[in-house]
Amino acid sequence: MKFLRNLLGREETSASASSVAPSPTVPCLHSRFRVGWATDVGKARRHNEDAALVLTAAHDGEDARQAFGLFALADGMGGHQAGEVASSIAARTAAHHIVHQLYLPTLVQQEHSTDQPALSEVLVNAVQAANRAVASRVPGGGTTLTCALLLGPRAYIAHVGDSRAYTVTEADGLDQITHDHSLVDRLVELGQLTRDEADVHPQKNVLYRAIGQSGVLDVDIYMRTVSEGERLLLCSDGLWSMVRETEIASIVTTAPSLQAACESLVAAANQAGGNDNITVILVEPPLD
Amino acid sequence: MKSLETHHIGIPDPSAESPAQEQTSRETRYIGVPESPVEPAKEEPKAPGPPAQTADRKGRGTQYMAPPSAGPEPVEGRLPDGYMLQDRYRVLMLHAVGGMSTVYKAQDLRFTRVTRLCIVKEMLNTAADPQVRAMVKSNFEREANILAALNHPGIVEVYDFFSEGKRSYLVLEYVDGKTLEDLLDEAEGFLPESQVVNWAIQVCQVLSYLHSHDPQPIVFRDIKPSNIMLDGHGRIRLIDFGIARNFQSGQKGTMIGTEGYTPPEQYRGSAEPRVDIYALGATMHHLLSKQDPKLEAPFSFHERPIHRTNPTVSRELTDVVNRALEYDIDKRFGSAEEMQRALMSLSSARGGSGTAPFGTTAFVGSDITPLWRFRCEDEIRSTPAVHNGIVYVGAYDHNLYALDAESGKFLWKYATEGGIGSSPCVYEGRVLFGSADRLLYAINAETGRIAWTCPTQGSVWSSPRAAFDHVFFGSDDRNLYAANTYSGRVAWKFATEGKVRSSPSIGNDTIYVGCEGGVVYAVDISGQARWRFRAKRSVTSSPAFSDAMVYVGCQDSYVYGLDIRSGWSAWRQRTGGPVVSSPVFGEGLLLVGSVDKHLYALDADSGRIVWRYATEGQVTSNPAAAGGAVYFGSVDGAVYSLDIKTGNLRWRFQTEGPVVSSPTVMDSVVYIGSDDRYLYALPA
Repeated sequence: MKFLRNLLGREETSASASSVAPSPTVPCLHSRFRVGWATDVGKARRHNEDAALVLTAAHDGEDARQAFGLFALADGMGGHQAGEVASSIAARTAAHHIVHQLYLPTLVQQEHSTDQPALSEVLVNAVQAANRAVASRVPGGGTTLTCALLLGPRAYIAHVGDSRAYTVTEADGLDQITHDHSLVDRLVELGQLTRDEADVHPQKNVLYRAIGQSGVLDVDIYMRTVSEGERLLLCSDGLWSMVRETEIASIVTTAPSLQAACESLVAAANQAGGNDNITVILVEPPLD
Repeated sequence: MKSLETHHIGIPDPSAESPAQEQTSRETRYIGVPESPVEPAKEEPKAPGPPAQTADRKGRGTQYMAPPSAGPEPVEGRLPDGYMLQDRYRVLMLHAVGGMSTVYKAQDLRFTRVTRLCIVKEMLNTAADPQVRAMVKSNFEREANILAALNHPGIVEVYDFFSEGKRSYLVLEYVDGKTLEDLLDEAEGFLPESQVVNWAIQVCQVLSYLHSHDPQPIVFRDIKPSNIMLDGHGRIRLIDFGIARNFQSGQKGTMIGTEGYTPPEQYRGSAEPRVDIYALGATMHHLLSKQDPKLEAPFSFHERPIHRTNPTVSRELTDVVNRALEYDIDKRFGSAEEMQRALMSLSSARGGSGTAPFGTTAFVGSDITPLWRFRCEDEIRSTPAVHNGIVYVGAYDHNLYALDAESGKFLWKYATEGGIGSSPCVYEGRVLFGSADRLLYAINAETGRIAWTCPTQGSVWSSPRAAFDHVFFGSDDRNLYAANTYSGRVAWKFATEGKVRSSPSIGNDTIYVGCEGGVVYAVDISGQARWRFRAKRSVTSSPAFSDAMVYVGCQDSYVYGLDIRSGWSAWRQRTGGPVVSSPVFGEGLLLVGSVDKHLYALDADSGRIVWRYATEGQVTSNPAAAGGAVYFGSVDGAVYSLDIKTGNLRWRFQTEGPVVSSPTVMDSVVYIGSDDRYLYALPA
């Protein structure tokens, strides 16, 4: 019924022909995401407790939708393989929620309305669903979760824990988008520790927020436009705690491809000791 | 039952070296240092804090610390009920299990005629190296000796201590009572302010005793609701000792959860008496606000003011708690005595309920006097415009007035055939404004002579905006118009689904506008729709935009943040009433009023409420931001100025009628009209 009304709605308002949105038909040859990603157990651990999920969709034709990209990265913790399970469940649960609530409806909807949940609500609900799934299915397990939804160049990022999202440019290097939910990060914010002190602080691994916690989980939401020449980088602490930001930036901007960049980043982290699992996702959104 | 796992009575003692961990900082080592082991670089850190539960990990993986609310976990090799220790203490039952200790309720059989209960705390010495193990034991004994010598009614007594093999034991007085954590959990509403103040005064007394201990002050280091017990006589007892910390094993990996009550400097190894002041402040914040700091970002008390959850708390008590919680140690109370005096001077300390709770600062005076005011013949509901030293304002008396901005002197007026609710805009020497007589007017900005009019089929309440030599405005005839600014000729009109009372915003070669039919449109400069967004009710508010988002208020009570490229709603924030006020940016915040009587400051990226300010009337006026302040009117008759960052009141000016007009700020002067028919010029 509603669907019909939506269709008829177009008819009704067509008395004022100018009010009907002409769909800008964009040539779509370059309207897809370019993506690279890599994950590695590192040198010191026996299991890879990180999880990564990459999903992109693009289509061409009349009334084309913006290219859709979903990138999730999770770094699990907890014994007896709980870490692996927690990170995998978190990434998959969040992706399922987002595709179901957000992407599938766009394939048929006519216009945006308040009847659809807002993007940030979908993201928060997705991460909270992941939290519930981990809490109930992996007792004693926990994970970080950083989830980037891209609609064309517009990035919406939901984040819990100490995995990170950055933008990378040749000119300015890395620009960190997310804030770590770690004790030492708060102390640095308050001016009680320097960044260097934080890097060697005995409690640098204490998170105050993670997936798998009981109770209500606060989810951070960030929004960024990833402009031409910029890339979005998601990574676990196995990368950022081992490799300096300037080196990460130079690897990303000089590598022949995004995939080659990801593999070089993993190699650099391993060369620096590879103390933890390393996962990297690099994304370049389609041009306008 | 709550576990009693943490504990640190800290005694400064430079000679105390913890064997399980190496202190490399220059800091003095204290008994009960809450786990600040600084260790050689490149090694995995040891576990912070006593974990309520840790998952055993293969190798050097991460660990998960159970949420603080997790109950005790059975531990291997715990003593069976009836077990005898030292031929003297009979274990009656398990009392609690912590990360580093197991606590039993026991009976002291030395007292044969009475049943004397006690608490036996067992700590396991797990160090592999025999030398380290010996050091753990001797540290334990040295600290136990100091604790046993303490004598204060507010501190649980230490009766005895001993070691058996790998296990060390502390025998403590059994207190029949409940911890403040238990009492808080059980309380249905908020704990009475006078009760919390009374407990805090008693804790201050105990801290004064510990901090003045000879030869060295004792720092408790772990004040929190679960370590403070209320006995059957209403007396406070500090129940836990940090001695178990010596037995902490070197756990590694990522952990979740922080203590929540610990001051920032304690994580740098500092342990001076004022860390207890902070922890007491944190404890009081938790007791009064019912917000558990273990579940919040660390050190975030100032971001979560008590009155936000508990509006009954007095401002004076809040001030005391906030001072105890200062990040800067020198801004806190200098001593427990000083804090105690501040608490005792509160009216709630004398059994009163506290005075001046938040949100009742009702006063009707004004903090400032106007520079000038000018009386029109009817209500002023539009926003004044200021250009080249002239203020232009439309009134419901059908006139557009031009006044000297400095003196308020009348220059000229232009009469239309209807009330003017539209706000004028000045473009290329012309003042453009609409009237209820269905016309858009362009008049000479200096002389007030008419240049042209543009007829529509409905009243023009929408305020025109000009760009690209065109003026864009809406009409009650349901169209958005684009007219040439020189000739007034209509270039195009764009039909919407309702009256257009929203004022268009122009940017990125796009016009953003709402309509009473509840639709927000993005229209390109040739009059073609780029996208539309359908809300539930009228969109009278005018959109604001950034390079990525369009923001708009709606009578469905929401403020929407829409993706500027697609019209997709990125976020929405619900207020308590219709939003007619138009949002504006200031200092990275989105400011907007609501009929629910509040002015809101929202995070523009997430829509999260950063602060909100309550007035006595609906806020339909559009706020204006300038110089770190925000200005707006309320139907309560006042004009308000708030600090943008904090939402604190800077000043308030009372007019004689509702203020639905919106302010314009120019050269440190706020120009705003009121339904009392006056246009006011106020010092910003």
